[in-house]
Amino acid sequence: MTSTVATEERGGQLPPQGARRPSFGRWGRAFLDAAREGNAVVVTILAIVVALFIGALLIAFSTPSVDPKWAHFFSDPGGAIVAAAKAVGNSYYALFQGCIVSPATISAYLAGKQPLYQIFYPLSETVVGATPLILASLAVTVSFRAGLFNIGAQGQIITGGLLGAWIGFGLNLPPGIHQIVCLVGGFVGGAIWGWLAGWLKARTGAHEVITTIMLNYIAINLLTYLLNTPWFQAPGSTYSISANVDQSAVLPHLFGPNLRLNAGIFVALLCALGCAWLLNRSTIGFEFKAVGLNPDAARTAGMSVAKVAILVMIISGGLAGLAGTAQILGTDFNVTPGLASELGFTAITVSLLGRLGVGGTVMAAFLFGALNAGGTLMQASTGTPVDVVTVIQAIIVMFIAAPPLVRTIFRLRGSREGGEGQMLSAGWGG
Amino acid sequence: MRLELRGITKRFGSLVANDHIDLTIEPGEIHALLGENGAGKTTLMNVLYGLTQPDEGQIVVDGEPVRFRTPGHAIRAGIGMVHQHFMLIPVFTVAENVMLGVERTKRLGFLDRRRARRDVQELSKRYGLAVDPDAVVEDLPVGVQQRVEIIKALLRQANVLILDEPTAVLTPQEIEDLFGVMRSLRDSGRSIVFITHKLKEVKAVADRITVIRRGRVVTTTTPAATEAELASLMVGRPVMLRVDKGPSRPGAPVLEVRDLRVLDDRGQTVVDGVTFGVRAGEIVAVAGVQGNGQTELTEAIMGLRPVAGGSIRVNGREMVGRSPREVLMAGVGYVPEDRQHDGLIVDFSVADNLILDMYHRPPFASGPSLRPRVVQESARQRSEEFDVRLTSIDDPASALSGGNQQKLVLARELSRPIQLFVAAQPTRGVDVGSTEFLHRRIVQQRDSGVAVLIVSSELDEVISLADRIAVMYRGRITGIVPPDTPREQIGLLMAGAGATGDGAVPPGRRPAASEGSVAVGEAEPTRRPR
Repeated sequence: MTSTVATEERGGQLPPQGARRPSFGRWGRAFLDAAREGNAVVVTILAIVVALFIGALLIAFSTPSVDPKWAHFFSDPGGAIVAAAKAVGNSYYALFQGCIVSPATISAYLAGKQPLYQIFYPLSETVVGATPLILASLAVTVSFRAGLFNIGAQGQIITGGLLGAWIGFGLNLPPGIHQIVCLVGGFVGGAIWGWLAGWLKARTGAHEVITTIMLNYIAINLLTYLLNTPWFQAPGSTYSISANVDQSAVLPHLFGPNLRLNAGIFVALLCALGCAWLLNRSTIGFEFKAVGLNPDAARTAGMSVAKVAILVMIISGGLAGLAGTAQILGTDFNVTPGLASELGFTAITVSLLGRLGVGGTVMAAFLFGALNAGGTLMQASTGTPVDVVTVIQAIIVMFIAAPPLVRTIFRLRGSREGGEGQMLSAGWGG
Repeated sequence: MRLELRGITKRFGSLVANDHIDLTIEPGEIHALLGENGAGKTTLMNVLYGLTQPDEGQIVVDGEPVRFRTPGHAIRAGIGMVHQHFMLIPVFTVAENVMLGVERTKRLGFLDRRRARRDVQELSKRYGLAVDPDAVVEDLPVGVQQRVEIIKALLRQANVLILDEPTAVLTPQEIEDLFGVMRSLRDSGRSIVFITHKLKEVKAVADRITVIRRGRVVTTTTPAATEAELASLMVGRPVMLRVDKGPSRPGAPVLEVRDLRVLDDRGQTVVDGVTFGVRAGEIVAVAGVQGNGQTELTEAIMGLRPVAGGSIRVNGREMVGRSPREVLMAGVGYVPEDRQHDGLIVDFSVADNLILDMYHRPPFASGPSLRPRVVQESARQRSEEFDVRLTSIDDPASALSGGNQQKLVLARELSRPIQLFVAAQPTRGVDVGSTEFLHRRIVQQRDSGVAVLIVSSELDEVISLADRIAVMYRGRITGIVPPDTPREQIGLLMAGAGATGDGAVPPGRRPAASEGSVAVGEAEPTRRPR
């Protein structure tokens, strides 16, 4: 009910906003406002903190070496706690080493025992993991902003990847041109899959959530089928695996063959810039957002809701297709049944974590890329299962989806309006 | 029950929404709380209903100070509230809605539906609240839904009933019915707090009137005060209640509608062979009780609703079959009936709302790019020119009051070259000060040679604005008359008399027909579902 009150009060001629806060100086006030209004950034950071804490509890209670100590908790509580803290510390340290930098490699390099690239290996892995995530999450962000719930990034990644890869090993083109043609093909492949859902929505009103989920299944089975046909199956192989793309189609490594970091990240960041322009500075993006927030008013103002639905799904599908293609051309080089793995669904998570903004989406993708890269090393070096990372990711998003929960935990004041959550739930009706 | 508010003060930060308000509600009176949007009426009632806690002051019931921490406390003390937006479950029947929260059960926990039905019937008989207890709520017109809310409150033993802007959603007939109910409740000894900003209604039904301005009680007076007095008390300055306009100088026909037929969403004919025209430099107002096809008529003109037959020409060009954008670009400005739903994107900033139907054209766009600086600059100019009160043009439109939102829509539609201006319910839910402004701008448009088509269910507005009045009843135009036609005769046309279209009123019909003819819940068309 506070919102009713606020609405009426803001509606009046009395000075609304601003005036009702005590003055602290500009920066101080900005910070206070951010914290007390349950600002997006603050909630996100706190959500990450809480998730890491819960992850720590999981590690503390599941690490085999700590387990017996808990049994003696009442006779030797110190021992148990120290052991648990050690396990948590080791795991998170390994996580850090796996995604940012490992001091050991620095000292090894300084001692001349290891080459320089080892220092940057973790960072490179983070970026490599983030690259397809950025593209796929942008796909989700663009569609969600237009009020369309594209759950079909998964399928669009597959169809895009298939077409991009086919161009990669099926056509003979000079390097430079070959990569570009592959990427365009990947975009088109995903765009076709997205367009199908958009067209169905525009023509028949079929809800995109249903159609994109169904199209996911079709894409997955199409992938399995095609990998056993002569068009795709690697010559001489009996496995469901495609030929490698031509060397001319491979996205070049940026820092030598030992780091997997490749030009795909530029493609991703370029697309991010494009999306930022699209959503914030273009007339088409204006239509997207208008239709997303209020299709009736958009129609009354002369926009074509059907046209927007189709265009959004083409762009969204295309971006997802690029994600699949960039992964193949940059790191995988061939198509396997695991082409998209969970990418299309993780993308939804990342996009929500980025609060449906382009900048936020990119940052969230880097965070997830880092957690994934670090999780691998964590499992290898400390035995902490990589699933802890998945749990951490899930908890972060749960908290993001439920800002009131974070606010309650940290006693932040409620934000003024419903925010994203409201927008999301509103969209399901259409 | 005698209810007193003593020195109620409620602050939101440095904003004082209620400033030491004293108010006494005597038993058996209809007490109107009159004030502009944002004056603090709703906050005061939320305090009274336990939805917010006052910073200072106390509530006294029959001499006993009380504290309402939740609405539950207030309800137990005998206070009922009917909100502007109804709290009903659409798929439940009336009886089920009424018993919700106070369910009575038979043995083994079965719901006692029969008893709930009987309660509803009893109350509706006693207070003239005609409601069918077995009707499903979503099928009922808004006016009847409101009655269900009132019954709900009465069943919870409300002695003081708070009605928050109850007439905003009602047709003139429904308003009359509501007033009847309010009077019979008062006569049974209950008291009613009637929150509104409509002067006529206050004078029609209230026993005492408390005027609130900027969080303070200005005065408490009686309905003997003139409308002009009340308006100036409310706004804080003298207000023009009449529209100041000279004679019209009509030019060439701009809008020509011929034999237009339009179907509603269920395939019923709602506009049935309508023919009329609007010339440059004149205002034609379509009068009629809400739901007689006016909404569909404007939507058809704007290309928002398919046309089943007939023709619509703007400046001689056929508009039937064209998209909304083509109609807008043909020089038609449009203020939709429901501004929050169709006219604005309330989550968009004020600046973005001001370019909602022009974003794709110069100067706001160059090629595929928007030009934010031009958009901002123009927004600043427009909001100043149209006196839109706002803190920042980057604030969402939802932060504006109803009147300012409507000014925003008007500012947008009048800031591109238009030959025809179509406005549906241009001042619905808008306070007196803004209404005055909006009317003046509309007349200005007429004087500059624009053809203006107004659709309004408020007869006062129609009579004061129009150069010619077209009255609609059940999808047909029952007459086109000059604005000096007696109200009675227009009322007859609104009730369907003289359906021949020549405006003559057949003898032998008595004016009473206009009030009693719409039977509850049957002939009355259901409002378009949202």
